[in-house]
Amino acid sequence: MGWLRRAIGYLGAAAALVAGWWLLALIVDSPALPGPGLALGDFATLFFSDLLPELGVSAWRVVASMAISVALAAPLGLLVGRSPRLDAVVAPMIFLTYPVPKIVFLPVLLVLLGIGGAPKIALIALIVFFQILVTARDAARQIPAASVLSVRSLGATRSQVFRHVVVPAALPDIFTALRISTGTAIAVLFFSESIAGTSGVGYYIIDAWSRIAYSEMFAGIITMALLGVVLYELLEMAEARVCAWTRAGR
Amino acid sequence: MARVEVRDISVVYEGADRSVRALDSCALDVADGEPIAIIGPSGCGKSTLLLAAAGLVRPSAGEVLVGGRAVDAPRLKTALILQDFGLLPWKTVFHNAALGLEIRGVAGAERARLVAEALERLGLAEFASAYPAELSGGMRQRLALARALALDADTLLMDEPLSALDALTREDLQGLLLDIWRQRRHTAMLVTHSIEEAVFLGRRVVVLSPRPGRVAAVVDNPEMGAEGYRETSAFYERCAELRALLAAEGALHGAAAGGEA
Repeated sequence: MGWLRRAIGYLGAAAALVAGWWLLALIVDSPALPGPGLALGDFATLFFSDLLPELGVSAWRVVASMAISVALAAPLGLLVGRSPRLDAVVAPMIFLTYPVPKIVFLPVLLVLLGIGGAPKIALIALIVFFQILVTARDAARQIPAASVLSVRSLGATRSQVFRHVVVPAALPDIFTALRISTGTAIAVLFFSESIAGTSGVGYYIIDAWSRIAYSEMFAGIITMALLGVVLYELLEMAEARVCAWTRAGR
Repeated sequence: MARVEVRDISVVYEGADRSVRALDSCALDVADGEPIAIIGPSGCGKSTLLLAAAGLVRPSAGEVLVGGRAVDAPRLKTALILQDFGLLPWKTVFHNAALGLEIRGVAGAERARLVAEALERLGLAEFASAYPAELSGGMRQRLALARALALDADTLLMDEPLSALDALTREDLQGLLLDIWRQRRHTAMLVTHSIEEAVFLGRRVVVLSPRPGRVAAVVDNPEMGAEGYRETSAFYERCAELRALLAAEGALHGAAAGGEA
């Protein structure tokens, strides 16, 4: 029943968005803001021929970069959060580098990695890495001492404490950070694809814009939004499976 | 087997700017299979004493022997039950009960059998796949007991295990703790704030002094475990005796302030 209510919610929200868009297009009355009819029409006709290949390229870039950052940042953040000695060394580095807008390194990455997928993946991974790292560290620090004590009293080794307590306790926070990061990741993806390269939905949007093909541009924007929604939903589903306990007893 | 010998231990917690002496030359001998209760003013180091016996806190002086061997790390046959039950919210009832066995590397089939037995005994069999958040307080406490039983622990260290429960559930579980002890005859050290609970569950009741904690008095309670003991006048007299001792230790403020905390 949950998924049905969700689907109905999504449909209702989509209908409200389209209605608002239609109204706005009427008021603005500019070719740069075509109505939903035109854009959705282009989206439908171009989806399999033109949009899907670009969507595949973009989706790969986002998923790969998020996978890389979570694989590196989550274990590091948990280790740092549980070890005061490591934390003393790493935390100042995090505090120093976290506020630096990593997006300014795009030119450097373009020089080093070319204009293909690699610099885009590297840039997104770099930005998401810090968001996950900070979250994982904080989550590991907040684990109740009693949970650790009770497991240690059973004779658990350090790695068993991680496996039975630290990792499961931090997972919901890490999932939340990942879900929030999808928005950031897709924004960075659009930026990097529109600056350099000849592939991806971001490139498609900017290319349509330069050709003054506004309804195609909007078909690209819809595709980008779709990518965000699908990623967010997939993460939500994964969390519901992996962290079923957070929904227990509510 | 599981005699617990606390030999003049002192425990000092090193804080950021000062150190706190929680226990000072505390000595105590618990015979194999003897259930004792430990009671004392708040912050007298009762919990520290249990943690030291569990091998989780290292004394700065003295030593603790369990089963004749010095405890410097958690011991396989000792089970520790904490005030908040020490359950992991992300594990189901089954996996919480199985945790000790899993950590000790007991094979899957054997583990499932032992856990099923323990859950059955504590009336939790039908909740095996529930999460702790779905259980009542009394059920959570029984689950913590199930974990200890699944381990076949010969020593149960309990730190105010029932203090978070309502009065009725609490009395119910006191009866359960007594039943289990009667059947298994394990060594038990129960830290409690409740005078009645101490007299009901401790064959000896140890009174600790205010911090730094040391043994101020030991009250023998040989009738413990007798049928209907709670209703006898001997029970009330023992409680009154303890209350007087605790008042002398400064645990009670004002002569009228008796009863359970």
